Amino acid sequence: MKLTLKIWRQENNKAKGEIKTYPIDGIEGDMSFLEMLDVLNEQLINQGDNPVVFDHDCREGICGSCSLQINGEPHGPDRLVTTCQLHMRKFSDGDTIVIEPFRAKAFPVVKDLMIDRSAFDRIQHAGGYISVNTSGNTIDANAIPVNKEDADNSFAAATCIGCGACVAACKNASAMLFTSAKVSQYALLPQGQVEATQRVLSMVEQMDKEGFGNCTNTGACEVECPKGISLENIARMNREYLSASLKG
Amino acid sequence: MSTLDSKIPSGPLADKWTKHKNEIDLVNPANKRNIDVIIVGTGLAGGSAAATLAELGYNVKTFCYQDSPRRAHSIAAQGGINAAKNYQGDGDSAYRLFYDTVKGGDYRSREANVHRLAEVSTNIIDQCVAQGVPFAREYGGLLDNRSFGGVLVSRTFYAKGQTGQQLLLGAYSAMNRQINRGKIQSFNRHEMLDVVKVDGKARGIIARNLITGEIERHSAHAVVLASGGYGNVFFLSTNAMGSNVTASWRAHRRGAYFANPCYTQIHPTCIPVSGDHQSKLTLMSESLRNDGRIWVPRKKEDALAIRDGKLKPTQLSEEDRDYYLERRYPAFGNLVPRDVASRAAKECCDAGFGVNKTGEAVYLDFATAIERYGKEKALIEKISNPSEAEIYKMGAAVIENKYGNLFQMYEKIVDENPYKTPMMIYPAVHYTMGGLWVDYNLQTTVEGLYATGEANFSDHGANRLGASALMQGLADGYFVLPYTIGDYLSKDIRTGEIPTDTKEFDQAENEVKDRINKLMGGSGARSVDYYHKKLGKIMWNKCGMSRNEKDLKDAIEEIAALREDFWNSVKVPGTKDTLNQELEKAGRVADFLELGELFAKDALDRNESCGGHFREESVEIDGPQKGEALRDDKNFKYVSAWEYKGAPKEALLHKEELNFENIELKTRSYK
Repeated sequence: MKLTLKIWRQENNKAKGEIKTYPIDGIEGDMSFLEMLDVLNEQLINQGDNPVVFDHDCREGICGSCSLQINGEPHGPDRLVTTCQLHMRKFSDGDTIVIEPFRAKAFPVVKDLMIDRSAFDRIQHAGGYISVNTSGNTIDANAIPVNKEDADNSFAAATCIGCGACVAACKNASAMLFTSAKVSQYALLPQGQVEATQRVLSMVEQMDKEGFGNCTNTGACEVECPKGISLENIARMNREYLSASLKG
Repeated sequence: MSTLDSKIPSGPLADKWTKHKNEIDLVNPANKRNIDVIIVGTGLAGGSAAATLAELGYNVKTFCYQDSPRRAHSIAAQGGINAAKNYQGDGDSAYRLFYDTVKGGDYRSREANVHRLAEVSTNIIDQCVAQGVPFAREYGGLLDNRSFGGVLVSRTFYAKGQTGQQLLLGAYSAMNRQINRGKIQSFNRHEMLDVVKVDGKARGIIARNLITGEIERHSAHAVVLASGGYGNVFFLSTNAMGSNVTASWRAHRRGAYFANPCYTQIHPTCIPVSGDHQSKLTLMSESLRNDGRIWVPRKKEDALAIRDGKLKPTQLSEEDRDYYLERRYPAFGNLVPRDVASRAAKECCDAGFGVNKTGEAVYLDFATAIERYGKEKALIEKISNPSEAEIYKMGAAVIENKYGNLFQMYEKIVDENPYKTPMMIYPAVHYTMGGLWVDYNLQTTVEGLYATGEANFSDHGANRLGASALMQGLADGYFVLPYTIGDYLSKDIRTGEIPTDTKEFDQAENEVKDRINKLMGGSGARSVDYYHKKLGKIMWNKCGMSRNEKDLKDAIEEIAALREDFWNSVKVPGTKDTLNQELEKAGRVADFLELGELFAKDALDRNESCGGHFREESVEIDGPQKGEALRDDKNFKYVSAWEYKGAPKEALLHKEELNFENIELKTRSYK
């Protein structure tokens, strides 16, 4: 495959960025999108140019490091995959591919395609945990039975990888899907009940502080989420938030 | 000078840990506030240790190269975590878990450590459930279990195919609680580049801020390395792209002995290599072997026809298939331990029965399981005379519920539907049992320097059983280190903060800077990846699933030559004082180029076959075990701990004899 890549290049978070064009040849369908970028980088290094910087690590769709806005879509055209699991067979010979970083005020560009998602960490610091000591002196794991459906739904919410595609997909750059996934994971388990009120209030407050936008229920986040995190989580968080506000 | 004393407590095996906990010194809560601990790596071992130590009151600083602790590679562990809960009432116990682990490791691990691991395993599950880890449950609301390779009980707890993710997010949440309390300072996008020793004790690290390129000094009263394994010395592995040996190797160069580097786990069920562009390999969880049957065509001509695309695997009749694991190991069948399954796959492919384009793949087939589950479901739902299509549909739904994410991952990568056609799999480097030598307290041969999780060597011997890595990482971090490090730190309550403006820090920082300058100053002929791939080829071909004296000797020379070439002509673009991913990679590959040589030397020294280390010179010549690995307890019942002496091939061997007082050494048979 022969492709034309149009890639966002930006020296650092203060510099002005621009799209640069790179022709590339010899791309095979079995390559992942990131392996295609590896080929480009090897080419750039051999030409004496600086390679394109992008975040990536596990390359099996679970660490949440990789991002990239590919032809306007977070993680590209395929559904339910991260960029590292997107394969070049989804593209055709002669295609032009535009590659940009995820765009959001709360995700400043670090360099080229790499962004700073530490705002997500700070939302978790605010309340994304159950306050239990890790000393091992807890009750037996089977002491509290949990309804299987609740456990499964809690798990489904907990599979969020924190990549930020939901924010990049949203016209308001809202982090509601991300935040609600964590709130839901705990809201669905008996262990999470004790701190439920404070958790949702603190996490939402931090989310607002970070500069994420509001949710207007377009559902774009759910469509682009590589892990299929459901919009129901947002509805659940809204209920939790309302009930917490009334109590608070 | 450091000596090799494993410091195993005296007394009966089952009482050692309790006795030790009762006897070691504690630090009073008020004094803990004056003590700093550095933890490098935030996976299960590092994240859990950070959370617990901070909760106890120590000031913790964590370091990870990722942009968030949540992205450490523990996140990718799929299948599950073992614990001797015996919820299934199938005869499990701490002793049995201990026994299985020692046997699974081919009698090359330390009894006392493994028993402690088995003892605390049950606490891990309690702990994680209390933290809100959503494990799989049965309809009655209690926790579900599944079975893993090398054992005869169901003791594996799981969260679909994302158990590592859920456990890591649990540890990350415990960290977040402490970050919120100000007890953990988390340095993300930072890489440790050296350990700083003061008066022989580890007192800090030199780290590079990966965004600014700044070289930073951080001091503490103790340093914990929880930086994972070194599988990426093979270039292709199931490790993350950034997984590296640098923290461990720098510690080794500063006096920490490196134990059993040649013990590598080559995992049997990974997606085969598709071409030269391949950057990493993807694991398909061992849990799939609960339901998948492994086979190759019985006739070579069928294998060739399949490779040429003229024949489909589903067209082959039962008689034309060789379910070779079920045939060779009737007792354990498809659930033999990983090393055994991997070697058997290699033998089949070497003999010409491989099934993909490259001839390096075998089938993992779910057709039988789908049919079995479908029929069970029909019976439960009282559907009389269900059609084949109905059975298939119901069976596939059961499989999807168990392994849905893995099947989806396979389909995305290979572009074939594994519900309809068997998966293709081949062994790949997955885990390294070797690592920094530690005593019973998890302390290395450098005082005040600890190693936990995959970074140490102690619990898995020569082969790790499935679902044991998560168990060890969390056991070390939540339940072992917080006790043992307290004993050491109790001597530091009057020390006060460790200053960083000392000659020791000056010297370490200068050395780090010199090395970076050297990396940036290569003549610039070839990229870092060029060298990494070359090293990987040498490792895979000569130090891989099957090893012999000649190849290992060649490997030592070839790696040394490659390293010299690397330092002369590697090309690192950009500058050192900005974000520079090529510079990061170059530093890591430089260390792999040293470790690889020690790896080969260790494999050469160990002229026996044990666990994942298979020496062609050491096989059973006849009897029922003919052709299987032959262990040599008379000559090799020891841990190899290597002391750094300049060039890796000059490393000095120290032996820790392994004493088995509770388990009788036997030939490891899974027949």
